[in-house]
Amino acid sequence: MTAPAAPGGLAGHLDGFVRAIRDAGIPVGISQAVDAAEILTVVDLLDREQLRHGLAAVLLQRGNQRQIYDTLFDLWWPLGDRPVVVAAEDDDGDGEAVTLDAPDSADGELDPAARLREELARLLAEGDEAELARFARRAVAMLGQTSPSPSGQSWFSYRVMRALSPDSLVSSLLEGLLAGGERGGMAEQVARGEVRERLASFKAAVDTEVRRRQADERGRDRIAKSAVRPLADQIDFLRAQQGDLAELRRMVAPLARRLAVRLSARRRQGREGRLDFRKTVRASLGTGGVPVVTHHRPRKVHKPELVVLCDISGSVAGFSHFTLMLTQALREHFSGVRAFAFVDSTDEVTRFFTPGADVADAIRRIGREADVVAFEGHSDYGNALEVFADRWPTVVGPKTSLMVLGDGRTNYRPPGLPVLADLVQRSRSAHWLNPEPRRLWGSGDSAALKYADVVDMVECRNAAQLADFVTTL
Amino acid sequence: MPRPPTQLPQFSSVSDVAKRLSAAGYLTDKQIATTVFLADRLGKPLLVEGPAGTGKTELAKALAAATDAELIRLQCYEGLDEARALYEWNYKKQLLRIQASQASQDGADWETVHDDIFGEEFLLARPLLTAIRRTEPTVLLIDETDKADVEVEGLLLEVLSDFQVTIPELGTVVASRRPTVVLTSNATRELSEALKRRCLYLALDYPSAEREREIVLSRVPDLAPGLAEQLVRTIRALRALELKKSPSISETLDWAQTLLELGLDTLDEAAIGDTLGVVLKHASDQERAAAELRLN
Repeated sequence: MTAPAAPGGLAGHLDGFVRAIRDAGIPVGISQAVDAAEILTVVDLLDREQLRHGLAAVLLQRGNQRQIYDTLFDLWWPLGDRPVVVAAEDDDGDGEAVTLDAPDSADGELDPAARLREELARLLAEGDEAELARFARRAVAMLGQTSPSPSGQSWFSYRVMRALSPDSLVSSLLEGLLAGGERGGMAEQVARGEVRERLASFKAAVDTEVRRRQADERGRDRIAKSAVRPLADQIDFLRAQQGDLAELRRMVAPLARRLAVRLSARRRQGREGRLDFRKTVRASLGTGGVPVVTHHRPRKVHKPELVVLCDISGSVAGFSHFTLMLTQALREHFSGVRAFAFVDSTDEVTRFFTPGADVADAIRRIGREADVVAFEGHSDYGNALEVFADRWPTVVGPKTSLMVLGDGRTNYRPPGLPVLADLVQRSRSAHWLNPEPRRLWGSGDSAALKYADVVDMVECRNAAQLADFVTTL
Repeated sequence: MPRPPTQLPQFSSVSDVAKRLSAAGYLTDKQIATTVFLADRLGKPLLVEGPAGTGKTELAKALAAATDAELIRLQCYEGLDEARALYEWNYKKQLLRIQASQASQDGADWETVHDDIFGEEFLLARPLLTAIRRTEPTVLLIDETDKADVEVEGLLLEVLSDFQVTIPELGTVVASRRPTVVLTSNATRELSEALKRRCLYLALDYPSAEREREIVLSRVPDLAPGLAEQLVRTIRALRALELKKSPSISETLDWAQTLLELGLDTLDEAAIGDTLGVVLKHASDQERAAAELRLN
């Protein structure tokens, strides 16, 4: 291998970068690290983008790791400082730029912040990404610094944002993009989306630059740790934010498709079934008794049924949103799905999940129309299970796969174990997905451990764990 | 471990990749060009992952065209097995051979027949074996790898790391000239670590506005540039919505073609309403797009 063994230098730097990536939760094996060193010998090291994409090609294994990778790459292989600072000072004279305050305190024409704002408006209207990134660097250099805070941090992106207030440029940008066309129609919606996108990319560029400055000041490792967000499939269902839900929905759809396939075809689909001896011999008569073509019986088609029983009480709000998402996705692939929801009573909710229905809409309608609350709206597993077994006694049968989704927190009420055990007994297979970490099972009012005795209970806190579950099924 | 047979790199630099691929009708960006260049330099298979319709298969085809190689394609599907991917004995022909030797009565004894029926003549080469045995430049495209079963990945490991295939009756066939390998995946299933480790990874996403505009103009050259600009902006607005199936590049191109055929010269509400079916293929997606973009 071509990488030198001596510590430090380029190889040492690469090693530090690889470690940081590992720390961020992206698995990088030794052989990949070696490949990364080989990349350094092949790409043009003076071309930063080549290096970025080259290392990404060996270090990453999934599309969603890219964002974290780019953040770390910008920290480890930063753009040089010199040319930009010089250019900024050429443009704007001296000292004044750094001591600048919010724009309202400065005056008219001479104010560099106002001039920068004009330039920003022009660049946003043009939408040239590279130019915008260069501008972001200059803006941070001029506006981003303040006297160090107690933690020793002196670069902040909010200072840049406040001085330039790019959000207030939206209306004039829209004006420009629409080029005099009338407002209110499709054209405006399209233009709005575009403006949003450009503003977001400007903000990202400013953040990147501020992080780089902070890293210079306070050490790369500390910034690297705080800059990295968790991967989308590691987001805890119970703590998912509004913004994460869209991401989750995107991930759940392919998982549901696979789950449906797994449940419906447990055996691998061979091309043909068992040999049809009689037919084969009969056909061989045409070739002098030699069975040139074998005939097979067609496989029996297995028609599976899936029953989903999910807890939609307040304690698992984030999770139930997700479970209903999963149910909806399953419904789209799988006609034999029946969905039941419960809080302290159970109702069938299959009718809300017609293929193509909007999940958020379905959830609202379930809250309004479904009969899931009998008394006061705290989950009561015992009663819910009894109602389910009582009102729909024939739903679970020998062909049915039963899936229960819930945290198993019974509010100290009877858990209704015999009912569940009976359901499990009658079904072809049964699984319980629990959004709580395993160590919390059985704590407080959780009856999870008791349920785990009668049904196969699986911890399912995030999309990654759901994917694991689907694979092992 | 035997090193795979080496061969001269086909591209001299990243910009060379970009130039030759665009001559073959495929516009690259920096990421694609760099990764293809590295795959060629390091002699590693290229794993391309991304949503449907972002030009994964096209990339392999363009690569074959740019390097004057023949494209051999292995389409993966659930239930794909060795007999379909690697090789198979033509047992009907073998049976006939045995029959013929019995019928002729001239005493071709079992030993001869036995050796004879496991010869080249009775071997049906499937894509993987074909690609390895070829002496001319070859691009091997393994399409939709994620659709195949996990067992097939094990099979690919041997082929991709050593470029050799072992046939018990014939011995080991080693590639005399290493094919350029491109694997594609829609990421419906996580491929195994072992397979990913052996490949260079390229995540293809929807292109930037600028690149997409260039693609549209190069593929549908008769389209007015202003209309292409409008088209790409609208497509990007559609992708920003949360749709069941976001419009892909190929759908952008279909749309451009449609507008051209219909002789529309501007993309207003009426034109979009009439032709939305070309890009959005779910009724619910169409409704949502109409509502969000205020089409009516």
